[in-house]
Amino acid sequence: MYKAGDYVLMQGDKACALGAIAAGCRFFGGYPITPATEIAETMAEELPKVGGKFIQMEDEIASACSIIGASLSGAKSMTATSGPGFSLMQEAIGYASMTETPCVFVNVMRGGPSTGMPTRISQGDIMQAKWGTHGDHPIIALYPSTVKETYTLIIKAFFLAEHFRTPVIFLMDETLGHMRESFEIPEIDSKFILPRLSGEDLEDEEIYHPFESFNDTTTPLMSMGKSKFHVSGLVHDETGFPMGSSSMAEKLLRQLDKKIRMHRDEITTYEEYMTEDAEILIVAYGTAARAAKRAVKLARVDGMKIGLFRPITIWPFPNARLVKLLQQVDAVLVAELNLGQIFQEVSRLNKQKKLLRLLSRVDGSLIPPEQMLEAITEMRIELDEY
Amino acid sequence: MSVEKYLKHMRIDRLPHVWCPGCGNGTILKATVGAIDELELDPSKIAVVSGIGCSSRATGYLNYNTMHTLHGRAIAFATGIKLSRPDMTVIVMTGDGDAGAIGGNHFIHAARRNMDISVICFNNNIYGMTGGQYSPTTPEHSYATTSPYGNIEEPFDLSRLAITSGATYVARTTTYHFVALQNYIKKAITNKGFSLVETITQCPTYYGRYNKIGTAPEMINYFKDNGMTLAKALSTMKEMDPDVNYDGFNVNALLEKAVEKLPEKLIIGEFVNKSKRGYVEKYEEILDKAKEKLASSKA
Repeated sequence: MYKAGDYVLMQGDKACALGAIAAGCRFFGGYPITPATEIAETMAEELPKVGGKFIQMEDEIASACSIIGASLSGAKSMTATSGPGFSLMQEAIGYASMTETPCVFVNVMRGGPSTGMPTRISQGDIMQAKWGTHGDHPIIALYPSTVKETYTLIIKAFFLAEHFRTPVIFLMDETLGHMRESFEIPEIDSKFILPRLSGEDLEDEEIYHPFESFNDTTTPLMSMGKSKFHVSGLVHDETGFPMGSSSMAEKLLRQLDKKIRMHRDEITTYEEYMTEDAEILIVAYGTAARAAKRAVKLARVDGMKIGLFRPITIWPFPNARLVKLLQQVDAVLVAELNLGQIFQEVSRLNKQKKLLRLLSRVDGSLIPPEQMLEAITEMRIELDEY
Repeated sequence: MSVEKYLKHMRIDRLPHVWCPGCGNGTILKATVGAIDELELDPSKIAVVSGIGCSSRATGYLNYNTMHTLHGRAIAFATGIKLSRPDMTVIVMTGDGDAGAIGGNHFIHAARRNMDISVICFNNNIYGMTGGQYSPTTPEHSYATTSPYGNIEEPFDLSRLAITSGATYVARTTTYHFVALQNYIKKAITNKGFSLVETITQCPTYYGRYNKIGTAPEMINYFKDNGMTLAKALSTMKEMDPDVNYDGFNVNALLEKAVEKLPEKLIIGEFVNKSKRGYVEKYEEILDKAKEKLASSKA
């Protein structure tokens, strides 16, 4: 256990686990899978030291279900997995979404589909993070790019999960999970640690309606064992019971969507690097953004006005800021380790038809800064003719 | 017996229930709340978790903390609740398809961990909610919408599956044997470990109709006439095979033999009732060890 101010050399997976514990996570259900296993190992070691509970379940489906059960009974909860396990967890993610149960699903991305490349980096699960489970549903997905940011961002993931009563997908990648970096353990701002309502907060005669909403925000979750309530994956009203009426379904699905959509500005975060005067913008995220930042530095030495836009919140996508940047720049390069999942998202926003190019790699390797510079050089030639 | 004893455990405003006329699920629900009432448990400290299917709609009628979850996964959700809140009584209400097919993995592993959960399985030998498909407990040669030529699969014996996986309380009965059912549920809840009460229940709408067993009363009479305790089965088999040393058989072997020797009988009774520490109790020691380790690393 570390305290604020300690200077550490730490692996990304471990930072994820320790950040979660600092955020108040007290239950972890998981299943071994490369490259996320170290998160489970750290949790097995560290959680009982703070009175938390760890269990290695029989599969990822059970892991996902166990954390939802634990969360509803009062423990801030998390699981961690990679591609194949993330696929197995999708039904439970939908259940957490429908029952508005706060919990965090970590996906340390590796090469897919199927078993793919277990020990190699990929960013192939970007769209799965959003649409993996069936049905319309809102989702929040965050993605850090350094070990230190992993530690601090997972704390935000728990805050968002609790505040919006939603599952939060915490994306990482194989390189980030296994990379070691040094950093100073930060002080945690207590406003990010949300306590659960206790039964004592209720008047005796008051009945708790777990799915009531006010101003597009669902009422805070009371723990089971403190009040008595019902949750169901069926379409339900504010009491939690299935009503079987079509107007109720309409109201519920729109409310679920609104509680994220209407608070998009509070949720979305991003990093900008040298964008003020940028003529060409690189959009990159996670570990791929580290090389992009280096490419920007190298380009600037050569006098090229390049900037970086790094979404930290992947879903909801930080549209508003990117639209502004698209007005400013001449061209955009999306550099990602998939076949263009965020590229499609940027394309939709590119209303002014700025030159937009995709640089992608799916061979389990990072894109080196030099390869990004080459792409930019080509784009500059294209721009002359554009 | 006063009806109030039962009604106070129920969400009256959720009634009438969804089950068909003649369905046995209400009997199991009644036995469950009867057991809870006699145990005088604090309703706010009870969590009842169900999966998907006819049986799993039971949670909606109970005035406790209730979760209607995903198909097959009730035990996994319940594991999370019990481990995070050992002070709560955690009960799973499930069916033969929910527990034995899609949820089979969770069922055997919770039994293996001796996780302190009481599983009440409503075994009606068929998928009722989806309209009568064969389940993992549908007997061979039986008819269902997906076995129109007769079932060619061998059924699971859920009680034997629990016994051999490590459950510390296992009992089987039928909806005819109500007093025993309520008593078994009480013992299952009291057991500090994984418990299974497998209840054979009638589905007159599908199983009874497709297999020409008859109406609900006829199905219940079938349970009455063919239900045989393991003790009775043992004495019957000893008479049949005086040369076999049945006293040397363990309960699993006896149950297996009974199916062979007395194929028409439904073998019921309390099969396992033993005391053994489970995951939740053992984890308390992990907490102590971890805290000691933390203290020594600080010293």
